[in-house]
Amino acid sequence: MDVLAIWLGKLIGTALRRLGRRGNALPGLVVERIFPQFLPSVLGRLEQGVVIVSGTNGKTTTTKMLAAVLAQRYRVLTNDTGSNFVRGAITATCEHADWRGRLAADVAVFELDEAHAVRFVEVVKPQRVLLLNVMRDQLDRFGEIDTTAQLLRTVAAAADTAVVLNADDPRVTAIAAQVSAPVTYFGVAPDLRADFPTDEELYASPANAPVGNRPVLGAELLRMNLGETSDIDLRIAGTTESIALRAGGAHNAQNAAGAAAMALTYGLSAQTVAAGLRAVEPAFGRGQTFTVEDRRLVLHLVKNPAGFRQTLRTLTAYQPAAVVIAINDDYADGRDVSWLWDVQFREPLADVRAGHSWLLTSGTRAADMALRLRYDEIDTDAIETDLRAGVLRAVRHIPIGQTVIVLSTYTAMWALHAILLDIGAPVQAAMEPAPAQDADVAITMRQAAQLRSDGALAEPGDRT
Amino acid sequence: MTPLTLVHLYPAEMNIYGDTGNVLVLRRRLQWRGLGVDVVPVAVGDPIPAHADVILGGGGQDAAQGDIGLDFASRGAQLRAMADDGVVMLAICGSYQLLGREFLTKDGVRIAGTAVLDVTTTGSDTRLIGNHLVDTDFGRLAGYENHSGLTELGPGVSPLGKTVIGRGNNGKDGREGAMRDNVFGTYLHGPVLAKSPLFADELLRRAYARRGDGVELEPLDDALAHRAAAVAAGRPR
Repeated sequence: MDVLAIWLGKLIGTALRRLGRRGNALPGLVVERIFPQFLPSVLGRLEQGVVIVSGTNGKTTTTKMLAAVLAQRYRVLTNDTGSNFVRGAITATCEHADWRGRLAADVAVFELDEAHAVRFVEVVKPQRVLLLNVMRDQLDRFGEIDTTAQLLRTVAAAADTAVVLNADDPRVTAIAAQVSAPVTYFGVAPDLRADFPTDEELYASPANAPVGNRPVLGAELLRMNLGETSDIDLRIAGTTESIALRAGGAHNAQNAAGAAAMALTYGLSAQTVAAGLRAVEPAFGRGQTFTVEDRRLVLHLVKNPAGFRQTLRTLTAYQPAAVVIAINDDYADGRDVSWLWDVQFREPLADVRAGHSWLLTSGTRAADMALRLRYDEIDTDAIETDLRAGVLRAVRHIPIGQTVIVLSTYTAMWALHAILLDIGAPVQAAMEPAPAQDADVAITMRQAAQLRSDGALAEPGDRT
Repeated sequence: MTPLTLVHLYPAEMNIYGDTGNVLVLRRRLQWRGLGVDVVPVAVGDPIPAHADVILGGGGQDAAQGDIGLDFASRGAQLRAMADDGVVMLAICGSYQLLGREFLTKDGVRIAGTAVLDVTTTGSDTRLIGNHLVDTDFGRLAGYENHSGLTELGPGVSPLGKTVIGRGNNGKDGREGAMRDNVFGTYLHGPVLAKSPLFADELLRRAYARRGDGVELEPLDDALAHRAAAVAAGRPR
């Protein structure tokens, strides 16, 4: 039965690629409808089981990190294209299984967003769950941060072997009470704490910041020297390891601690964990670099206020000659752009502008972004709604050899990725190489819209 | 001339959809005209300064409203007196509801409001959410609504405007928001003042008029706001 499901998934995937459409959730959609027991049946045979990575920010990079670490010992199945819902997991499984229906893997590491993770654990019980944070994000989907925390609680409660929680996020640590599996933690050293504000701390005064005793940490970020790549010291179990992380920014240093703490629950040594972390390349849209007309372009995803803030803080390390901020308001970007007003642009961008960066806003809501900046007393040099035109304008404005940083919301990032492959070339591999995978799995907005109307992107509580 | 006093209610809790941006918009518009402004945050238990000229309140998570509700309601007498005296108020979403007479939750719990606005809100299972376009005396306001409370207007208020796209106060009567004297309640996030410079300046104009300062607000270059509003008005629900 599983063989049939795999054949079906593979056939659809192949057909889609022949048609030039790469909707990477469609095969999963079809298989899920026809073979509802497929996923638990196949994944249930994995010797090391399934681990789910969830939370508001950092899922993709942390999943990549955890996959890289576990790959030091195991054969890893992961949904590394950022397709973080149930059908994406099925599609990844279909693509990695051979035509005889056998999955050459020992462990599955799945990034799942909060709502889809709840659906996933109804079908597949994970052995392990890693929860990163709860921040306001796309609130027009869930309505409230507390709802998001509740969703994650449901996911963590489904694990039976290990749950790893972020000790520095009170909404995450509160989940420990409802979890039956053994809980371990990751966190950052007290003197780094100020660099990792919780959602409350971003908006409230420091006096309101929660204080409490911290649990013992499986992995702790001790020191970070940030740049495009970061030098970090990570205490992993009893050992301190120095690691040059190729994923930049404070948040990724913290994510590395999360991946490390989860890897420890498999019995991996600190040295093995460190080796895996050193091997990680930036995930899709998280600092990927391209060359375009002899300039360098770095693409960063921005999804919510906390993530935007973190990304802005890494900007000065790049010394960019130009910055492009691309804001779409499609479903996956968040239809409501008022979240931009929860990001403080004035200081981080003033620094960048003081270095004479040229600034352009793009995407559907380019004008809203420029307006936001105006109220933070940052002047936008140009507004260009069309993404391709905007990127080319920024590239051609700066001298050869200089860098453009592009900050982009989700659907704009997918579109930009296709555009950048057309007008330029990636400097590093765009995707983690995986068996029988096309490197190019960019979904255009049109395809995303098609997936949405197919119901592949439906959320719990959606009203049509 | 003394600076305008702008009171910001519960900034740490009632800030959920970028509504603190309304404070920033007013602050900057005054600053750009060389006019002084003093922003006073008011948290639970803090006094509202008697000389407040403008009071702003944003939306919050439902849980926060429960915590905030009691404190807000305890200020009813003061807020009603200020409203009757012409203090300018802009209340978004949860703050709008608490400026009303009461909020009846889905479970039948009555949360007392401040009765500054003659409106009542009932909790429902439906979420009214999406891009929101409203025709008002202050222009066409483009924003975003996201609420499960349904608000009905009593005789003591007029609606802020008519919904062009969106559900508005209760999804039934085609009306959005409520106003009386210089008090405005609305479900529009955006933040509403960002793409509505006319409305923002109207609030400021009324605040200065009440003080009798004779301040003329110079026009600002709002081409960008109008452009953003035009884009927003064309977005699907």
